Amino acid sequence: MNPISLAPLDLAIAASLVAFDAILSVVLKLRLHRQVLIAAARMVVQLVAVGFILRAVFAMHNPAATLALVLVMSAIAAREIAARPEQKFKGMTSLGLSAGGVAIATVVTVGLALLTAIRPHPWYDARYAVTLVGIILGSVLNSGSLALDSMLGGVARQRPGIEAQLALGASFHEATFPLLRDAIRRSLLPIINQMSAAGVITLPGIMTGQILAGLDPVEAVKYQILLMFLLAGASGLTSFIIAFGALRRLTDDRQRLRLDRLR
Amino acid sequence: MSAPPPRLAVHDLKSDLAGPFDLELAPGKAAAISGPSGSGKSLFLRMVADLDPNAGELALDGASRAAMSAPDWRRKAPYVAAESGWWRDRVVEHFAPEQLAAARAIAARVGLAAELFDGPVLRLSTGEKQRLAIIRALVLDPPVLLLDEPTAPLDPASTRQMETVLKERLKAGLALVVVTHDARQAGRLGARHFLMRNRRMTPA
Repeated sequence: MNPISLAPLDLAIAASLVAFDAILSVVLKLRLHRQVLIAAARMVVQLVAVGFILRAVFAMHNPAATLALVLVMSAIAAREIAARPEQKFKGMTSLGLSAGGVAIATVVTVGLALLTAIRPHPWYDARYAVTLVGIILGSVLNSGSLALDSMLGGVARQRPGIEAQLALGASFHEATFPLLRDAIRRSLLPIINQMSAAGVITLPGIMTGQILAGLDPVEAVKYQILLMFLLAGASGLTSFIIAFGALRRLTDDRQRLRLDRLR
Repeated sequence: MSAPPPRLAVHDLKSDLAGPFDLELAPGKAAAISGPSGSGKSLFLRMVADLDPNAGELALDGASRAAMSAPDWRRKAPYVAAESGWWRDRVVEHFAPEQLAAARAIAARVGLAAELFDGPVLRLSTGEKQRLAIIRALVLDPPVLLLDEPTAPLDPASTRQMETVLKERLKAGLALVVVTHDARQAGRLGARHFLMRNRRMTPA
């Protein structure tokens, strides 16, 4: 079955729904109409641009071009993760931690999918590699920023309790382990919700897209299951690496709490 | 025969923010430090406890701090901040099970009701929190104790009760360093009195 191709007019008709949101904002004086229109326009520009970039990269069949695109996407995700938390490290530490978490989680999960499940020829085929990286980075961005925000915010808020334990002879690990656990737990909740709701409350976007594009629903479901597993693994890896790394950076060789390393 | 080493020896202790400091306390001796707010009293205690970056020679009964792990050192020289910190919901959860009997016994002597241990930290008054925080350190039976304004939130009767407990520990060999705004407290504890000004300490 061939996918039903969308004409610009089809999209224009759908865009009237965005216009409805803007009108609603004007009528109810929500002062959101400008933001709605800008966000919609930005989304169209971003997606059209990425569509043309992907088409070009897919046509090149060049591993260097694929790698470059993956690196740019990963760098943007790492920057977003580092920028989100209210508390931030001085210097480039947040960015370094985020980049480490993004790189390891993405390489492990996408590598696993490409080498064991999907197995395209060649294995670095951009159509699969770039698409998978894009999906994984969305999840990594969520879990990574939640982990970093929970960790840094939690340590700053609970400083008196942590230092009281250290002052009585607790190790830094003993004093901060509950915070590490909370940060990882919090960052895993979105993927748990996503998995629990999949197919019952929501039809996942990737699966819906594949069905609309003409793929058999059962085949689409298999891909969706694979992706959910990859997303779960990527979320766990990113949140652990970032939360653990942040905690290591907040102490020193005498097991002090080094909040002076935060801005 | 050479003299025994001091219980607590602090030599050339300094950081980017304060010092250098020197102090020696024999077993059973106390030092009381007073001075204006921001003069470096708490900084000094935190540096001795190794909670802030610092350099210097510190020793406990001749054993160098550098040769001990930080948790070992802090267990032997615990620090109680002016504002106590808590990390669990209920008071009892802040004590190891084997410490509870001793903690309850001290609590009774400093005017704390036994049922406080079973209640939430949120219901404690500032004075109750401060006494319980000191008890948390006392049940470690440490050779050195570092107290930052331990009786500031206490009424005169509770202050005397806490001082009585501390004097007993001093008699048993404790070396005590206490930051206090109450000059008479130094006298009651039989402590050498020091003044902190501009992050330097001098005998009063």
